[in-house]
Amino acid sequence: MTEIQLEKITKKYGAIETIHGIDLTVTDGEFVVLVGPSGCGKSTTLRMIAGLEPITGGDLRIGGEIVNEHEPKERNIAMVFQNYAIYPHMSVRQNIGFGLYTAKMSKADKNKRIEETAEMLGLVELLDRKPSALSGGQRQRVAIGRAMVRNPVAFLFDEPLSNLDAQLRSQMRIEIKRLHQRLKSTIVYVTHDQVEAMTMADRIVVMRDGHILQSGSPTDLYENPSDIFTARFIGNPSMNMITAIATQNGLVAENGNAVLSVASPDVAINSKVSVGVRSHALSVGVPNGAAGLTLTGEILVLEPLGSETLVHIDTADGVVIASAPALHQLTAGQTVSAFASVENLYFFDSDSQKALMRP
Amino acid sequence: MSTIISEGLMQAKAHPGRIIIWAVLLIGGLIMITPILFMFGTSFKDASQVYDMRLFPEYPTLDNYIQVLSDGRFLRWFGNSLGIATTVTLSNVFFDSLVGYTLAKFDFRGRYLIFLAILSTLMIPTEMLVIPWYLMASKLGWIDTYWGVMFPGMMTAFGTFLMKQFFETVPNDFLEAARIDGLNEFQIWWKIALPLVTPALSALAIFTFLGNWTAFFWPLIVTTSQEFYTLPVGLTSFAIEQSIQWEKIMTGAALATIPTLIVFLVLQRFIVRGIMLAGLKG
Repeated sequence: MTEIQLEKITKKYGAIETIHGIDLTVTDGEFVVLVGPSGCGKSTTLRMIAGLEPITGGDLRIGGEIVNEHEPKERNIAMVFQNYAIYPHMSVRQNIGFGLYTAKMSKADKNKRIEETAEMLGLVELLDRKPSALSGGQRQRVAIGRAMVRNPVAFLFDEPLSNLDAQLRSQMRIEIKRLHQRLKSTIVYVTHDQVEAMTMADRIVVMRDGHILQSGSPTDLYENPSDIFTARFIGNPSMNMITAIATQNGLVAENGNAVLSVASPDVAINSKVSVGVRSHALSVGVPNGAAGLTLTGEILVLEPLGSETLVHIDTADGVVIASAPALHQLTAGQTVSAFASVENLYFFDSDSQKALMRP
Repeated sequence: MSTIISEGLMQAKAHPGRIIIWAVLLIGGLIMITPILFMFGTSFKDASQVYDMRLFPEYPTLDNYIQVLSDGRFLRWFGNSLGIATTVTLSNVFFDSLVGYTLAKFDFRGRYLIFLAILSTLMIPTEMLVIPWYLMASKLGWIDTYWGVMFPGMMTAFGTFLMKQFFETVPNDFLEAARIDGLNEFQIWWKIALPLVTPALSALAIFTFLGNWTAFFWPLIVTTSQEFYTLPVGLTSFAIEQSIQWEKIMTGAALATIPTLIVFLVLQRFIVRGIMLAGLKG
């Protein structure tokens, strides 16, 4: 049973509080990704779980036991660092074996464990090499090996892929995910990359300014963001936002020429409402059925992605990104309209930034 | 391959500036090495040839070596110097790096003040310290003992400063990874941090060894009986007591260079820069 529980955890540096009483439970075998912009407190949270950073307030339980005052080694967790942190003066074998440094087991048993781990990570041929003779991906695998070798109760990953190039990153994403499926271990993974969060997590925890904004499955966060920040942070490209005013007769664009055919959500008349729409749901061309939102403007840039083209449109309501079928003939400078149906629109209170019920 | 080399040579030829640099370096090198060659040359001369300015003797002889080495005092002084320089070097490598590491990697109240206090001692010249050292040694009964020769140099502010600066370049991730792997703080220093600063450690060892091997002033003051002399002090007494016998002095000096050469040859291969970065992002 290796549940990790954070109860009202706070962190202060001097008089400045950076983590404001967060609550989070990571269940046994769950892959939880903490995601958010730099400085949101996700790495600090991870380091508090690891025991590298003292906890100012609240309780941290691992397997039911309060471990606030436990040394990192007493928590039996493993951590993989952004910089890999594999020791340059040791071979791959010694690096992986280092995880067993304090383990009370015979040399033969240790070697067996090292070889099993190397086998699992495809490092067998590299065991006698020094880190300087390894590629970035191989180094990261050694770092994972060192974490795996002693069967920790949980793995903590601190932006482990941010130093790899795009191709290697997507490959390592799959490898880590497969590893999790095989080992069924509890993982807390920190990243600022929403693609990593979406593709790997069982559950995503969105953090900002030391608070947890929302936590849920990737689909849940994508489909039902609880506020503007999450809505824009999750999903690529970011969700388009248009400001509208609630009236008796429905929403009306605040400044621009956006045409909205939707009733006002449950807010006071004349209050501001942010209307969100994802790029893939905002299509250039002919409306498919009744449009809830129509935006017209000049094309700024076209980004052909193969299967579709992203169209940056300069509208009176701001620049929005819409999509068009790949074969659609479009040129920059052309004036076009983009349409979205009502069920693809999201509504947020512009003041509180919180999501509103759909009308 | 040959084309590359010849192109390289052509490039070198085309650079008159480089030829001047080489010439200056060559002259500098010759100036440096001549006294050493002269020392070795003289050590193979007999007394009658000493004032013959030839670099290599006409009739080389090993007599000086036989005489110097068969004089029990020389071997004793050689042993004294070796023991003292080695002990002081090991002590510096251990304590300077331990203190340097603590100052670089631990956050505690007064850290900066302690560092400043250590650093400020660098500004006091040795000549000023000799009298307090002597008074202290005499009160504690350390005059004419090995410990008396060694104690002022067992830890140095320079070494602490050098090691602190190098430890600051060791990424914290390495230390934290080791902490999570279950090592205690001493083990982290010993197994992880220390191997990552071997270039600095080697440099410190070379400086300390050479400094103590050639130290003259303090050992001369603190020792009174010949059995505690170090080699430089002993060689000087050689010169004074037997009307100056240059060939013997040069032989002693030639023999005295051997350990410094060995120390340098053994340690210089560790002075390889950049080893530390190999474990980090590529």
